[in-house]
Amino acid sequence: MGPKPSLLKRILPQLIILAAALLLNVIVFPDFFQIDFRNGRLFGNLIDVLNRGAPVALLCIGMTLVIATKGIDLSVGAVMAISGAVAASTVVEGHGWGTALLAALLAGGLCGLWNGFLVAVLRIQPIVATLVLMVAGRGIAQLVTEGKILTFSNEGLIQLGSGTVFGLPTPILIWVVLGALVTFVVRRSALGMLIEAIGINERSSRLAGINSRVLLVCVYLLTGLCAALAGVIVAADIKGADANNAGLWLELDAILAVVIGGNSLLGGRFSIVASLLGALIIQSINSVILLSGMPPEFNLVIKAALILTILVIQSPRMGNLIYLIRATGPQPQPEATRARPKKEATQ
Amino acid sequence: MKLKTVLLATAIASAPIAATAADMTIGFSQIGSESGWRAAETTVTRLEAEERGIELKFADAQQKQENQIKAIRSFIAQGVDAILIAPVVATGWDEVLEEAQDAEIPVVLLDRTVDADESLYLTAVTSDLVHEGQVAGEWLATEMDGADCRIVELQGTTGSSPAIDRKNGFEQGIAGHDNLEIVRSQTGDFTRAQGKVVMESFLKAEGGENICALYAHNDDMAVGAIQAIKEAGLTPGEDIKIVAIDAVPDAHLAIANGEMNATIELTPNMAGPALDALEAYFADGTEPAKWIQTESKLFTAADDNQAIYEMKKDLGY
Repeated sequence: MGPKPSLLKRILPQLIILAAALLLNVIVFPDFFQIDFRNGRLFGNLIDVLNRGAPVALLCIGMTLVIATKGIDLSVGAVMAISGAVAASTVVEGHGWGTALLAALLAGGLCGLWNGFLVAVLRIQPIVATLVLMVAGRGIAQLVTEGKILTFSNEGLIQLGSGTVFGLPTPILIWVVLGALVTFVVRRSALGMLIEAIGINERSSRLAGINSRVLLVCVYLLTGLCAALAGVIVAADIKGADANNAGLWLELDAILAVVIGGNSLLGGRFSIVASLLGALIIQSINSVILLSGMPPEFNLVIKAALILTILVIQSPRMGNLIYLIRATGPQPQPEATRARPKKEATQ
Repeated sequence: MKLKTVLLATAIASAPIAATAADMTIGFSQIGSESGWRAAETTVTRLEAEERGIELKFADAQQKQENQIKAIRSFIAQGVDAILIAPVVATGWDEVLEEAQDAEIPVVLLDRTVDADESLYLTAVTSDLVHEGQVAGEWLATEMDGADCRIVELQGTTGSSPAIDRKNGFEQGIAGHDNLEIVRSQTGDFTRAQGKVVMESFLKAEGGENICALYAHNDDMAVGAIQAIKEAGLTPGEDIKIVAIDAVPDAHLAIANGEMNATIELTPNMAGPALDALEAYFADGTEPAKWIQTESKLFTAADDNQAIYEMKKDLGY
């Protein structure tokens, strides 16, 4: 039952796929792993994958927990747009970056609470409940920015997106720390197990004494906060809040990351680490597409083909097949050779 | 000729309509707030109408054709003198345009054209997207003056007509200059964020010192790319020449700061030429050409970009 030996086994498929995706990068661009120290920051493709994967990585931390409760949050992309817009407008009005970050987190938190209220209290199906904010959120963001790209020059806020800490881009630090923190909290306390219990059977979890309502609200709240952080990073990265495009379709990438991470959309057992690896896998695929120099008409086709391959390999049927091949493979052969003559002899 | 309109107007809206240009009423069906440029177009249209003493009835379609058709029908019912439409899609306009024609209300298309019979609208005021790309290509060819140049291109959203036309135009612009070569071309989805991401990968895949120029299909992507170039320790505008299209305020600011070299204006003033054509039409029945092409003006460091930035920044971009 100890988490250590089972964790590696749990994330092994994701690690193998990530290695394969990185290998694909090396094939299209041999210097992929080269990392320089340039202009006071680490500079290389591998750093880009970690840095550009930050928004989806942050989103999938919250999304993993929501999906573990058998829910889903479609609004995270729109929440990113809202919180980016709130952060930008706060600094444009002359406040400091700390206030802006707090305001953005507050906005994201409110969005999360709203989703949680719809799902946990009003009992609206998560996909419908969060669809409301997915559609309305971008409009709210546009109201905040008044329909334009709100640019800012607050150095502190910009540091969150394109700055570095000891040469390492800040977004990498943020998602790694948050990912580790949330994993630690849910796995070192009973929280993770309670969340899984809700996902497996909410009614019986409630009968067992779990306050599923509060827990559900908290999970959506966390997702909102993660989305807010991602939104701030994306806005800070381009020194402007783009309400139309910030986080557009990222909710789907986040869900995909969770699925590639081997988590079931039907709720239950989850692994945040595996989801984060899923986010890195998606970013590695994006990186292959950009580095390959193929015409952009092929982008989505290549991405779809690679993701389809991953999902097929991960599918239960394929798992059975691999198990069967292993079972009839070279390993049990000596037994088989011994068994067969016996069979013939009996006949 | 205006009699029918007047009758219709008095009958339905009971509003007196005079056909003189000075107090015309014009309906404007705008697509919605899809981009900063669109917001600027709305602002400029309002300003142009105000300047001419024209009353402008504005309808925001929120990116939906059905809303635009509703707005046009209500304009017809109100008996406006003319209708301006920025059509959200190209097809499905015949019926409502015929209704306008029956009411003898001239329709002018702004910024985009439609797949309908030419006789159904008075004229269309649009920019020539191919020409814009061509101006960009020709500028770079002159700037390089025969020196070898490896160009990277940030395309617009794959399959969109601005992306296709601006790509073709640029290729025509640099055709015949063997010293210019597009080495990498990838989509940046017209956004700053993606422009930055793709430029980062260009800088690594080609090596920053091997890229001499960047052509971006819009300014937003160029602004994103400028940040990527800076983070790679290079000087945008010097180490890598940058030319883009649209001439949004932030591009003028970048040129003023020496971080960008040229931008080609997609003017938000589509209403000016449209209203000019309508005024001439109402004054003496002058039929304008079916297509009025707006100027694709080139802005470089030679212009006073700081001043243009101050002027443009409040237009709603």
